[in-house]
Amino acid sequence: MIAEFGLAALWLAAALAALQLLSGCLSLTEKGQNLALLVRPAAVIQAVLCAAAFGSLLLLFARTDLSVLLVAMNSHSAKPMIFKVAATWGNHEGSMLLWVTVMALAGGLIALIEKRLPERTMLATLGAQAFVGLGFYAFLLFSSNPFERLSPPAEQGMGLNPLLQDIGLAFHPPTLYLGYVGLSVAFSFAVGALLTRNVTPEFARVMRPWILGAWIFLTLGITAGSYWAYYELGWGGWWFWDPVENASLMPWLAATALLHSASVLASRDALRTWTIMLGVIAFSMSMMGTFLVRSGILTSVHAFAVDPERGSFILALLVLNIGAALVLFALRANTISEGQQFRAVSREGALVINNVALSAILGIVLLGTLYPLLTEAFGIRVSVGPPYFNPVSAIFAVPMLIVLAVGPMLRWRRDSLGRIEKPIIAVILAGLVGIIVAFSLGGIELLPFIGIVLSLMVAVGSVLPLKGRSLRRLPLAVWGMVIAHLGIAVALFGMSADSAFTQQTLVAASPGDVAKVGPWTITLESVDPVAGPNWTALEGRMAASYRDEPAQRIAPQSRTFWAPPQQTSESALLTRWNGQLYAVIGNEAEDGRWQLRLWWKPFVTFIWYGGIMIALGGLLALMGRVSVDLRRRHAQRRIEQRHEGYVQ
Amino acid sequence: MKRLSIFVIVLATLGYGQVALAQDSLPPAPYAYRQLDDPQQEHEAEELMESLRCLTCQSQSIADSDAPMAGDMRHQVRTRIAAGESPEHIRQWLMERYGDYISYTPRMSNDTWPLFAVPVLLFLGAGLIVWRRIGRRSGKDSQ
Amino acid sequence: MKGFRIGLWLIVAVALGVLALFATQLSKPKDDLVRSQMIGKPVPQFKLDAIVPDRPGLSSADLADGKPKLLNIFASWCVPCAAEAPQLAALEAQGVNIVGVAIRDKPADASQFLQLYGNPYSRIGADNLSAVQLAIGSSGVPESFVVDGKGIIRYQHIGDIQDRDVPVLLQKLREAGQ
Repeated sequence: MIAEFGLAALWLAAALAALQLLSGCLSLTEKGQNLALLVRPAAVIQAVLCAAAFGSLLLLFARTDLSVLLVAMNSHSAKPMIFKVAATWGNHEGSMLLWVTVMALAGGLIALIEKRLPERTMLATLGAQAFVGLGFYAFLLFSSNPFERLSPPAEQGMGLNPLLQDIGLAFHPPTLYLGYVGLSVAFSFAVGALLTRNVTPEFARVMRPWILGAWIFLTLGITAGSYWAYYELGWGGWWFWDPVENASLMPWLAATALLHSASVLASRDALRTWTIMLGVIAFSMSMMGTFLVRSGILTSVHAFAVDPERGSFILALLVLNIGAALVLFALRANTISEGQQFRAVSREGALVINNVALSAILGIVLLGTLYPLLTEAFGIRVSVGPPYFNPVSAIFAVPMLIVLAVGPMLRWRRDSLGRIEKPIIAVILAGLVGIIVAFSLGGIELLPFIGIVLSLMVAVGSVLPLKGRSLRRLPLAVWGMVIAHLGIAVALFGMSADSAFTQQTLVAASPGDVAKVGPWTITLESVDPVAGPNWTALEGRMAASYRDEPAQRIAPQSRTFWAPPQQTSESALLTRWNGQLYAVIGNEAEDGRWQLRLWWKPFVTFIWYGGIMIALGGLLALMGRVSVDLRRRHAQRRIEQRHEGYVQ
Repeated sequence: MKRLSIFVIVLATLGYGQVALAQDSLPPAPYAYRQLDDPQQEHEAEELMESLRCLTCQSQSIADSDAPMAGDMRHQVRTRIAAGESPEHIRQWLMERYGDYISYTPRMSNDTWPLFAVPVLLFLGAGLIVWRRIGRRSGKDSQ
Repeated sequence: MKGFRIGLWLIVAVALGVLALFATQLSKPKDDLVRSQMIGKPVPQFKLDAIVPDRPGLSSADLADGKPKLLNIFASWCVPCAAEAPQLAALEAQGVNIVGVAIRDKPADASQFLQLYGNPYSRIGADNLSAVQLAIGSSGVPESFVVDGKGIIRYQHIGDIQDRDVPVLLQKLREAGQ
């Protein structure tokens, strides 16, 4: 019954999306203005129905209802509850349902609360949102029905890929999805503004919380994914420039640029067309990422179930949404006037450099990711990996980070470097200190060297805007900016330190043997079998001591899952403030010794602390923006009331 | 073989790869999981291994893979470097056998020049945009 | 303003190009094979010890003895290798000289494998470090190479040999013999 209810709710939600699209479009014409009344209720009811459909699927997974094909294919009654629930979105159909659900909820929320924009722009926006949503409903209902029944029911489920049976799965994918889908709201706003030729600072202010929200989730999703890959993979790497990783990075780059250009538009009414274009591109990148990942046209083990029919469906959606939006943009863009002007040395000037650099990095990641695909079309196979991406993106990242160190201190519209002479000197001093320290450590390669120096400069530069201001009266949005920029410095420092100072030891050891890695001494005490709910493992019990400190225990495992059968290495981590010890136990050699892989990774955790700080900064900015908006709305209402009460 | 299913797709339960690799019967090659004694040579070897594609796992470098063939390739790389061969020579040797595909470091060739030309164009384009957007107007004030 | 408009349409054009690329790649099956670049080049120097007592080992000199050969890369632990055994037997029955390279195999396992599925090989070398496999640009098991009488690699077959591949290989061997 639950499955049928879910399916019915999904169909109804799709019908309401169609209604929302139709009434939204018609209400923009002369004759259809009455239909405007329908648009907002349609969006809200659609959101409720879609949430009900997703709730049904959650319930089916929680109960392990094996008469539903999707559950039987992806779950197993022996799994812990959290992984049963997480399995809901750990597969194609469920994740697409999550996608439309988030989209519908966002649409419903806008319909319910957003009253600042001119009504026509809102109608066009909701229409655009329904247009995008309808494509995904069609995708779900016609080619990926999550509620399909299995008759007769399966005896037992197929299980979930062991690599996915991890707490990371419970958080990483939905987080990333919230980010992807949040960008669809920015996309709809951009299309709505283009259709009604209404690109104003007010529009940017309305759009900004949605960009911020999406961006926070993208940041968290990428950070979590990176950490998950790091500890699950067993080789100590945290970013591989794999196509699938790039697919999540590209929307983030576009969203970051969009965030900054929207703030220029909101504060200074400049960069109008640029902001619209980034709005279109950011969501295009999300959709393209989904396509790349799901169609299997790129070589990545991340890619799963290669289904040409599904790939074609997503491609059709891509062509429809991106193609239409870009053509609309190209036709309309030059009817939007340029907006306010500004001088080179100004906050806007710095933000333009930020935007151009981020866009260029986006271009490079896009090129490097798609280039192998292009040559493959001509029968030539090439690989593009870290040795390409790192230096080439650095060409643009380095000037951007230098500007980031001083940009936030500049005033809007016009400023002079002379005015902020002292802060600039402080930033340069930080850079010099970095150079001296990095030199004295010696043996650091160019890119990590630059990274360390820049991270110090950015760290100093990002907190300087606080100087001379009352910390208690500082707006939340400024706090957000400071913390996010500091997060960039922290993450950059972690990345550079990891690549400059990581030490590795590979040994074959029998119980009782001692191995050294960096400042650590590790004793393998024993190797014992252990069992979990759906796996058995060999666990290496080790005592690890940092310099002369007392030993701590760690126990990496080599796990064998039985549903489905597969081997994984579970690394063991010991975290100190200044880095992580990373231990993996491999196979038993013929002579009875065990392969151990040990790494000492100084400051590697800073990468993810930085990511969290960036997201936290976003959150503070979001809270600041929303509270200012609410206050302003409140004040406006009071003025209106007074107007009615006294004047008339 | 079990390169993380971490990112986006994770969602995407992978149907590929992981289970299928049959176990071979020999222990890993001597230098598959053993470092060279000379730290400088080991460093060179690691750098090279990180930029070579594992052929049986397709989207991992041989430095990040437990596949037996990746282990044998690591053995090749380490023993050759220990014998004094330069990393680039080893890369060249492998590219003669497997083509550009095996190296994650694209080299400039008839097939790959756009990878190098486009960033240059982007750089010029970015410079042009910055110059036009802000440089040109810096002379006159806004109205 | 004109440059701006051109730039806009350039973006549209790039996007359409990318989408068209996706469409073409989607419309054809993914080709995951890594082909050897050694076709037309001589087999690199190597010398492998025997793995089973009743067959001698294999060296590159054996491949340049004037007669074309089929060099088969196999392993007892590889499932498709067992699947191609009947086809190898058929080739041997047609008079093809097949030499084997056993990848990462124990002598006992290899003997058992050959007893179970037949032994079409005139020589078998033990490639315990995949060194020969790497040297000739092979990326998996099983693979088969046609080598002519001068020791030049003429053709590579990736994956197990199926019935329909037998005539192709015979043809390639004939060409190599001319």
